[in-house]
Amino acid sequence: MKPISEKPIIDIRHLVKRYDTGFTALKGVDLQIMPGEIFALLGPNGAGKTTLISIVCGTARATSGMVLAGGHDIVKDYRAARALIGLVPQELTTDAFETVWNTVSFSRGLFGKKRNPALIERILRDLSLFDKKDSQLRQLSGGMKRRVMIAKALSHEPRILFLDEPTAGVDVELRRDMWEMVRRLRETGVTIILTTHYIEEAEEMADRVGVIRQGEIILVEETAELMRKLGKKQLTLHLQQPLAAVPGTLASFDLTLADGGHALVYTYDTKGERTGITALLGALGDAGIRFHDLQTDQSSLEDIFVDLVSTKP
Amino acid sequence: MNLHAVRAIYLFEMARTWRTVMQSVISPVISTSLYFVVFGAAIGQHMNQIEGVEYGAFIVPGLMMLTLLMQSISNASFGIYFPRFTGTIYEVLSAPISPFEIVAGYVGAAASKSIMLGLIILATSTLFVPLSIAHPFAMLAFLVLTAVTFSLFGFIIGIWADGFEKLQLVPLLIVTPLTFLGGSFYSIDMLPPFWRAVSLFNPVVYLVSAFRWSFFGQSEVSIGVSLGMTTLFLALCLGGIAWIFRSGYRLKV
Ligand SMILES: Nc1ncnc2c1ncn2[C@@H]1O[C@H](COP(=O)(O)OP(=O)(O)OP(=O)(O)O)[C@@H](O)[C@H]1O
Ligand SMILES: [Mg+2]
Repeated sequence: MKPISEKPIIDIRHLVKRYDTGFTALKGVDLQIMPGEIFALLGPNGAGKTTLISIVCGTARATSGMVLAGGHDIVKDYRAARALIGLVPQELTTDAFETVWNTVSFSRGLFGKKRNPALIERILRDLSLFDKKDSQLRQLSGGMKRRVMIAKALSHEPRILFLDEPTAGVDVELRRDMWEMVRRLRETGVTIILTTHYIEEAEEMADRVGVIRQGEIILVEETAELMRKLGKKQLTLHLQQPLAAVPGTLASFDLTLADGGHALVYTYDTKGERTGITALLGALGDAGIRFHDLQTDQSSLEDIFVDLVSTKP
Repeated sequence: MNLHAVRAIYLFEMARTWRTVMQSVISPVISTSLYFVVFGAAIGQHMNQIEGVEYGAFIVPGLMMLTLLMQSISNASFGIYFPRFTGTIYEVLSAPISPFEIVAGYVGAAASKSIMLGLIILATSTLFVPLSIAHPFAMLAFLVLTAVTFSLFGFIIGIWADGFEKLQLVPLLIVTPLTFLGGSFYSIDMLPPFWRAVSLFNPVVYLVSAFRWSFFGQSEVSIGVSLGMTTLFLALCLGGIAWIFRSGYRLKV
């Protein structure tokens, strides 16, 4: 999809994080995020998603490894790097007695930007917060607070936005709005990295998905490709007589030979209307191919997600 | 230099002052007035002049120092502790802002507030006693120097503390005794020689002595020594803060 020559906007190399407790939360993470994409970081509780984001954004220190944001080293050249990044943390933390307007304006100042009331107004309107602009944060609901945190992150016009579990504790309607907002932001060229526990959410939103488990990135894939693989199952037929090649009469099936011709592997789509198994077995009978055993396999990705889903809160 | 950020932090902290203006301003004024009633009016009647200065006037610099120290420490320590406690510190840590700018914002606001309070106490004092200031510019300079130094000290406490109790501990157990024993309400020359010598280990003595000099033109300790000791403490605090940011101590995991 993207030209290969394009430089990543976030470049993470061999990132290791060992906490003071001695626990290693990141075990040498390598990850490249391309400009303008929506990237979903998918992983169960405690996988290291927040740790990774915290290091890139500067709220935690790496034990070793390197991160570049927009080509700037996040430690040596932290001003240039951080100016590009907006962060919406997982935890809702707000100054209870501040007003919405002041807290969002404060964020803009903190990032070294000149006051711009028109922009703040537009951000608040986009997030349906404008009528609350003079309310103190303690007077807002949880979902509204989360939107305030997003407004704070957007107030300094970041080119990269980190959303750490943006839809946790958010109702269906707000979730829709949030996704809508993320898409709108992407149209303006903002790169978005979000974390989630839910494969469906990643599927809906992201251009690419990375799966992290126990401090390791175990997979990075374009969402469309991932969904294709996820939807696949394999049927393995152990043949009585080995075959040299897949017979031409079976060309319409997605078949490959394995085990030196002793096994025939049929790949099919579980999400398809029909699996084609009945037709295949009929065609095999017609072709006189006999088998003494058969088994079905889910792709290993499926296993990963079963794992993920089983640790879902 | 990210001046917008320094300004944002400074104004944010000052806004907190205005929101809590009752606690912030009224209570020191009331407690100062009480000191005047107790020490000035009640006890002062029975006191001779100290070094040619009426007792009521004599305690004004000490009272201002007392407030300046306590307020600088509590403002600055609370100012940085609270965002650590609530978690909102994440935003400051993720912003393109240097340690120096963070400190300038928080400590600048804390020091401004205590300087304002010092001046309010000075104004309140003139209602009780006739007062003239021998070296007004030196007085202001010491006011600012002390406020900044102890706000830096407060900043360190606010980072070190991991609970509200600890936040109160240092001011209560160390600063208050040192202030009361530091000659705020008496001249250390009035003490027996042994206790006078012990007092010279108390940094507050130098602050109060120098400050008193700026009012009355005379002091127990030479003004150069006072200035040197204050600057030394300032340097220690700056060193402590530099170490905190370099090591990430209690700021970053
Ligand atoms: N300050 C800390 N000190 C010690 N260990 C920590 C600290 N913060 C996180 N950890 C540990 O690091 C691991 C990764 O935590 P992290 O918060 O990055 O997970 P996560 O993927 O964001 O999980 P979740 O989906 O629950 O938010 C966990 O095992 C956690 O216990
Ligand atoms: Mg997390």
